[in-house]
Amino acid sequence: MAGEEAMRMGGPAHDDAAVESVWSGGVSPYAVVPKKLGMWLFIVSDAITFSALIIAYSYVRVASPDWPRPFETWPSIANATLMTFILLSSSLTMVMAVRAAKLQQRASTVKWIAATMLGGVLFDVLHIHEWLGLIGQGVRLFKNPWGAPMFGASFFTLTGLHMTHVTIGVAYLGVVAALIGRGKLTSDDVEVSGLYWHFVDLVWMFLFPLVYLMSAKSA
Amino acid sequence: MNHTTEHAHEAGSKKLFIWVWGWLLALTGVELVLAYQNLPLKVMLGLLMTISIIKATLIISYFMHLRFERRSLVLTLMPALVFVIAMMFIVFPDSLRLALMRPH
Repeated sequence: MAGEEAMRMGGPAHDDAAVESVWSGGVSPYAVVPKKLGMWLFIVSDAITFSALIIAYSYVRVASPDWPRPFETWPSIANATLMTFILLSSSLTMVMAVRAAKLQQRASTVKWIAATMLGGVLFDVLHIHEWLGLIGQGVRLFKNPWGAPMFGASFFTLTGLHMTHVTIGVAYLGVVAALIGRGKLTSDDVEVSGLYWHFVDLVWMFLFPLVYLMSAKSA
Repeated sequence: MNHTTEHAHEAGSKKLFIWVWGWLLALTGVELVLAYQNLPLKVMLGLLMTISIIKATLIISYFMHLRFERRSLVLTLMPALVFVIAMMFIVFPDSLRLALMRPH
């Protein structure tokens, strides 16, 4: 019987086993560990959430007269650019961490994850500082000194949800780093946390132009 | 030896990752310059969104490794996402209605 044959070979060589030993269990149609598929499905759902918020912001912006363009080159756009650079670099360090994990280099993995966490923390610090500046200038959820009342609500909701994702990501990575250091996780776990982190960076790739560049104060 | 090279290939090359990171930074720079040009709004938005989609594709393909995964996984995830986002664009004619029909 084909299924028994596959089991005797001691484990699936993917394509043959997929065709012949479906009922033996242990076959992965996407050739990924279940937790990776789970993270991907979560990422798609979270991407849809952010897309809905971005489109809601776009809708409100198109429909409103006098949408504020308050972001000066210095410090606002410079700050946002620095935040973008930090997040992109943290994605690089994350990908190095996954690489080190796959090469079974435990200490190196922890160091690269720590660098990624540092990027996340720096991003949050710069972001909170910016928020405080805007709040100090009188921006509230439904009121601001410049124009359309919905500017604050859309800005704080969008960037706030993203910042929450960054913060949760830093905590998540902290747990992964601690457990990897103790030899309790596999490279798959590091890779799955990496997927989450890159997703957070990906969202920012859209927030930066849509929220900041489109509201840059032109001459 | 074989075991290590196998892992190394699966692990991805440092050079590739740095190359992708470099392009991400360069494209961000292009967006930055673009933001300060005096372009019509729709052109600006179209260009910024195109560049952002290219950046997203780079991140998804190389950093998130989708380029090297089974096609079935890519086809399960990506088309559905694109379709749902496209459906959400239905609301825009209504926002234009509000913009254009607002009493001045």
